[in-house]
Amino acid sequence: MERTVRASWRRLSLGALTVVALMVTASMVLAGGTLRVASMGEPASLDPHKVSGTWENYVVGDMFIGLTTENPKAEPIPGVAESWTISEDGKTYTFTLRECSWSDGTPMTAHDFVFSMQRILDPATAAEYASLLYIIEGAEAVNKGEAKPESLSVKAIDDRTLEIKLTGPAPYFLALLTHYTAYPVPRHVIEKVGKEWTKPQNMVVNGPYKLVEWIPNTHVKLTKNDKYWDAASLSLDNLTFYTQEDRAAVQKRFRAGEIDVAMDFASDQIDWLRKNMPKETRIAPYMGIYYYPINSSVEPFTDVRIRNALSMAINREAIVDKVLKTGELAAYSFVPPGVAYYDQPAEVEWKDVPYGERVKKAKELLAEAGYGPDNPLEFTLRYNTSENHKRIAVAVVSMWKAIGVKAELFNSEVKVHYADLKQGDFQVARAGWIADYNDAQNFLYLLETRTGANNYGRYSNPEFDQLMLDAEVTSDLEKRSEMMRKAETLAMRDQPVIPIYHYVSKNLVSQNVVGFEDNPQDIHRWRYVSLK
Amino acid sequence: MFAYAVRRLLSAIPTLFIIITLAFFMMRLAPGGPFDREKQLPPEIEANILRAYNLDKPVHEQYFDYLKNIIRGDFGPSYKYLDFTVTDLILTGFPVSLRLGLYAIILAVVVGVSAGTFAALKQNSTFDYLVMVFAMTGIVIPNFVMAPLLALVFGVYLSLLPVAGWGEGALKYQLLPVITLALPQIAYIARLTRGSMVEVMNSNFIRTARAKGLAEKIVVVRHALRGGLLPVVSYLGPATAAVITGSVVIESIFDVPGIGRYFVNGALNRDYPVVMGVVIFYAVLIIVLNLLVDLVYGFLDPRVKVE
Repeated sequence: MERTVRASWRRLSLGALTVVALMVTASMVLAGGTLRVASMGEPASLDPHKVSGTWENYVVGDMFIGLTTENPKAEPIPGVAESWTISEDGKTYTFTLRECSWSDGTPMTAHDFVFSMQRILDPATAAEYASLLYIIEGAEAVNKGEAKPESLSVKAIDDRTLEIKLTGPAPYFLALLTHYTAYPVPRHVIEKVGKEWTKPQNMVVNGPYKLVEWIPNTHVKLTKNDKYWDAASLSLDNLTFYTQEDRAAVQKRFRAGEIDVAMDFASDQIDWLRKNMPKETRIAPYMGIYYYPINSSVEPFTDVRIRNALSMAINREAIVDKVLKTGELAAYSFVPPGVAYYDQPAEVEWKDVPYGERVKKAKELLAEAGYGPDNPLEFTLRYNTSENHKRIAVAVVSMWKAIGVKAELFNSEVKVHYADLKQGDFQVARAGWIADYNDAQNFLYLLETRTGANNYGRYSNPEFDQLMLDAEVTSDLEKRSEMMRKAETLAMRDQPVIPIYHYVSKNLVSQNVVGFEDNPQDIHRWRYVSLK
Repeated sequence: MFAYAVRRLLSAIPTLFIIITLAFFMMRLAPGGPFDREKQLPPEIEANILRAYNLDKPVHEQYFDYLKNIIRGDFGPSYKYLDFTVTDLILTGFPVSLRLGLYAIILAVVVGVSAGTFAALKQNSTFDYLVMVFAMTGIVIPNFVMAPLLALVFGVYLSLLPVAGWGEGALKYQLLPVITLALPQIAYIARLTRGSMVEVMNSNFIRTARAKGLAEKIVVVRHALRGGLLPVVSYLGPATAAVITGSVVIESIFDVPGIGRYFVNGALNRDYPVVMGVVIFYAVLIIVLNLLVDLVYGFLDPRVKVE
């Protein structure tokens, strides 16, 4: 009897040893290490209320976690909020928060979210991206200084229950909450040290990685936050973000093995990359539109025939296949395909007309509008400095030449370009838009009259505006999608903007990196990534 | 000499004032503002931001506010690096630029002067021609071509040195930027030294020194170099300033966190306080370096009196 017991003990301890040994080997393969990411831009700040770019999102997105957060595919999943209920009319959200704490051990409560939302909307914070939260009741008035921050409809019912009221049912709200504008910031630190709170010695976060060091124009270093509620699931110990913007230099560093992931590469490198680094080169559809707004408030562009003629004459396939070559999608609609809660985007009617016929039709339209060989349409096409913008503009101008249009190219640096667009000081110009959240409204609102400066071409169609307003207050997802689709159909008929192509994301990912998933928003949370 | 230095520095104040005024208004005249961008800000948000930076006031008020602030030593916040002040940025960037610049200038002087001297002593020899060919190449090839070329050869093909980065200032990260920065200066200094040495070696006092029976080494090192280096010394002031302030391209290509990058990015971003801060800093640096050159001149050439 005794012997059997001892034998089984021995077997048991042997078994335990094997398990331990296996765990050790597994951890050698998967856990730990430092991921080196070229984030392609210097963060303006690490304060999530003060940032506005994708390059900052790659950094702050793993330092803070909002009520909801993204999975590796960038779809919304529960974050600090464990669960939630939505009222019948779709306007009131009640969130139940998980028990968790800040990186200094201070418990997180619903009051932190109340403070944070009031802070970003407070005019004194001067947050650039505050308008993204205008869907919350009272937000716009607070941000305009017309109401006190306390009047915002974000209330803590108790420490773990948060209620947010919206101005209309917004099916994208849970996705919007994953955005950095909705991240919580530590009230107890900000009230003590003010602006200095993002310095390494002060900074307190609620996400998986916390700040170690930030040398401007060099790198940002983060390390694992042991107080993060899911710290056990993290594979990487450290993250280093190199903030250099020069894509050629970044590519060289990637080749030399100094960088594991580069969040962009120059399109003119594509042939070389496809040949030499096919496995590392990652191209995926990206939620954005490259387009030419036409200033429809100035003559002769008030004429819908002229706008359509200009759009028809552009051979988009030639641009994406011959000029860009990085798998971009020729655009015949303003909203890219694959957007959530939206059927097939509404495309221009003449999409399937063969190109030769389209050119003929464009010439006819111009002739109807009073332009021909003796009286050619002349105007200026403006673009901001970039090799690709130039190559596309040159191609487009030559396509327009085929229908007898004389367009002159005008190039200016980015600040000047957009200042002029804002003033409406242009005829036809280059512009681009990357969605802030996955919803058709985030594209179509650019064409609403009330949008102001971002509606560069001053498109104003009461019918379009009304459809968008109706969609905003509709809680039926089907109907909402239908209304927006109708609106887009109108816009594609009127062509206040010439859609040219839908963007792709371009990343270089080392074969040692596991868990990097291409997704249409090009949002990547490093907490899901590990190194081989 | 001390009185001279103080007088020179005092006389620099009006110069600085004019530079500040010109830079301030030229910055504002540039089209486009610090907050113009692809995603335009809604008007109410732009108003909030302008108010936060006092940019909603008339320009002349902003100018006087700015003058008041810099007298107090406050160079203002950056519009682009929100978590840092302009002073923070200059203080973090300058030691890096200074180090690069000093190493480059030392390298340039050592290599340039030796090469130039040997070329002058062996005038019209193969060595002389080689040095001059190298010097012309160094002057002709711009650093934005040289930098990626060196990075490609030593970083990518040979994998000897890092392609870019600063690595907390480790030597291997500094080599390529320093060499790229020094190359045109080496070339220029070699040419200057050669020219002036050729002239000095033919002058009367060298003939006298030789007639006294001095060893050739002493003739060159003690007598000829002293005179031969004068043009190099007067060139060193502007060269040091140029190397410290002019490493802008090299700092971007090698991802070096120096001050030059702030200057270029500041101008492109219309980050007024950063551009102003760097302009003032550069102006002071150039004034001080020129003064130093004049003082050193007094030591080298007794005919120059700095009184």
